[in-house]
Amino acid sequence: MKPGSIAVVGAAETTRMGKIPDVSVIGLHADAALNAMADCGLTAKDIDGVATAGESPVAIAHYLGITPTWADGTAVGGCSFMLHVRHAAAAINEGLCKTVLITHGESGRSRVGSGGFGRQPSSLMGQFELPFGVTSPPTMFTLPVMRYLKTRGYTEEDLAMVAVIQREWAAKNPRASFKDPITVDDVLNSPMIAWPFRMLMCCLVTDGGGALILTSAERAKDFPQKPVYILGTGESVETPMVSQMEDFASSKAFRVSGKKAFDEAGITHSDVDHLMIYDAFAHLPLYGLEDLGFCKPGEAAAFIRERNTAPGGRLPLNTNGGGLSYMHSGMYGMYALQESVRQMRGIAPAQIPGAKVAVSHGVGGMFAASGTIIFGNER
Amino acid sequence: MDRALPQPTPETQHFWDGCKAGELRLQRCTACKESYFPPRPFCPGCGCRSVEIYTASGKAILYSYVINHRPRPDMGTEPHSIAVVELAEGPRMMTNIVGCPQTPEALQLDMPLLVTFESFGAITLPFFTPAGA
Ligand SMILES: [Zn+2]
Repeated sequence: MKPGSIAVVGAAETTRMGKIPDVSVIGLHADAALNAMADCGLTAKDIDGVATAGESPVAIAHYLGITPTWADGTAVGGCSFMLHVRHAAAAINEGLCKTVLITHGESGRSRVGSGGFGRQPSSLMGQFELPFGVTSPPTMFTLPVMRYLKTRGYTEEDLAMVAVIQREWAAKNPRASFKDPITVDDVLNSPMIAWPFRMLMCCLVTDGGGALILTSAERAKDFPQKPVYILGTGESVETPMVSQMEDFASSKAFRVSGKKAFDEAGITHSDVDHLMIYDAFAHLPLYGLEDLGFCKPGEAAAFIRERNTAPGGRLPLNTNGGGLSYMHSGMYGMYALQESVRQMRGIAPAQIPGAKVAVSHGVGGMFAASGTIIFGNER
Repeated sequence: MDRALPQPTPETQHFWDGCKAGELRLQRCTACKESYFPPRPFCPGCGCRSVEIYTASGKAILYSYVINHRPRPDMGTEPHSIAVVELAEGPRMMTNIVGCPQTPEALQLDMPLLVTFESFGAITLPFFTPAGA
C-alpha cells in the first residue's frame, strides 16, 4: 500500500459500553455503524464496501441497507479488523470500491443473539487440545507464559505491573469499566484463574462495538473530521493450536505483521508517538513490545516497570486502559483501532499532546493471527 | 459429565490406535528425517509425502503449563494442570501432568516426564507423569 493514500474519515464505538442486555449482536454492529456514518456525514447509500468479523458481511450489509461492490469476511479472531483495514486500503486503491464500512459488535457479557465457540471434536484442536481440559482463552492464551517467564527471566510481578500501569491510563478514561488504582499486590492477591494468571491479569468481558469508515486520501478532506491516514499495514497468521506455536517466547505472527507495517510506512520506532497492543492478558504487551522491536527480548518488563509506557512516559501504551481495564467484548482489535484514531484526531480522553504517528497492533485467537496498522495525522 | 474426547480422522487414526496399544506414535519425514506433530500425511518441513509412523520413546520434559483453577465440568472440581511437553524426539504436544500434586512447586519447568495412558471407553488419552515417580 502507498503510505498515506487511504484515510479513516469516520470512527465511532457503540453509544453505550459495558453491560448492554437490551441489544443483540447485530444491533451492536448497527449502532456503531450508524454512529460512524453520523461522524462523517454519510448514509448507507454512500457506502460501497463492507467488512466485518463475527457476523457475516452479508448480514451487516443487508441489515444496514448497503449494496456493496466489495465485501470482506476475514475472521481470524480479535485482530480481524486490522486485516479489514489493510484489505480495504488495497481494495480502494484498486478501485473495487470507494468507501468502506468496517463493523464490530459483540455481546460478550450479556450473550444476546450471539453464537458460542464451536469446536468440532474431529478438528485438530478438538483432538489434541480439548481433551486435556482447555476451556477458553484463560487456559489457552496463557499456556506459553511459564516458558516465556523462564526464558526472559521475568516474574509474576512483571505481569502484574502491566495491569497496574494500564489501570493508571483507565483512570483518565470516563468510559473505562475499571478506574480505581491497583497495586502489584492487589493483582497477585486477586483470585487465581489459571496459574500463574490471576483475575486482574485477564481482560474484562463486556458488551460493545465499533465501526470505521475509510476512503481515499484525496476524498478525505471533504469530510467533517480530521482525516487519519494509514501509513503502513501488516498481517500474518501462525497456528490454530497454541501448543504448536514455534517459539513460546515470541509470536511469529507478531514479528511478521509488525515488520511488514513498519517497512511499508518507512518509519522507525523512534517515530512512534502512541502505541496500542491488544491486551487480552497481561503478557501480551510484553510480547508485543519485544516482537514489534520496541524492546530487545528480555527488556520489555523493565521498560514497563520503569514507566516508559505509563502516563508521562515516552511511549504511551494502551491509553484507553486496554482490554484489562477499558473494555473487552471478545474481539478487542476494533477498540485498539478506535483509540489510535482518537489519538490521531487529538480527541482521546488521555490525549498525548502533539502525537503524529500511532501504531495499533492486534492479535487473533491464541497467538494464531496478527494485524498491525500504523496511522498518522499527516500524509 | 463425560470427558470431551477426540474424534479421530483418517489422518490421525494411527495416533489414537497407538495410544490404545500403549504406544506414543509419531511421524517423521523419510527425506529430511524431521519428526512432527500433530499427525498429517506429509512433512510440514519440506512438503514431502513420504512419511513413516514410528513409536516414540515416551520421554519428554515439561515445557510450559497452567494450573486451571476453574476446571471444565468434565474435568472434575480440583485445580489441574494443562501442559505442553517437549518430546525427546522434538515435537511438542498438549497433555495433563498426572501422578503428582497439581502445584507450582511440584511442576517445575524442564523436569523429566514419561508418557502414561488412560482409557476413556473407545479413546485412550496420553498423559505424562514425573520420570522416576
Ligand atoms: Zn521433510
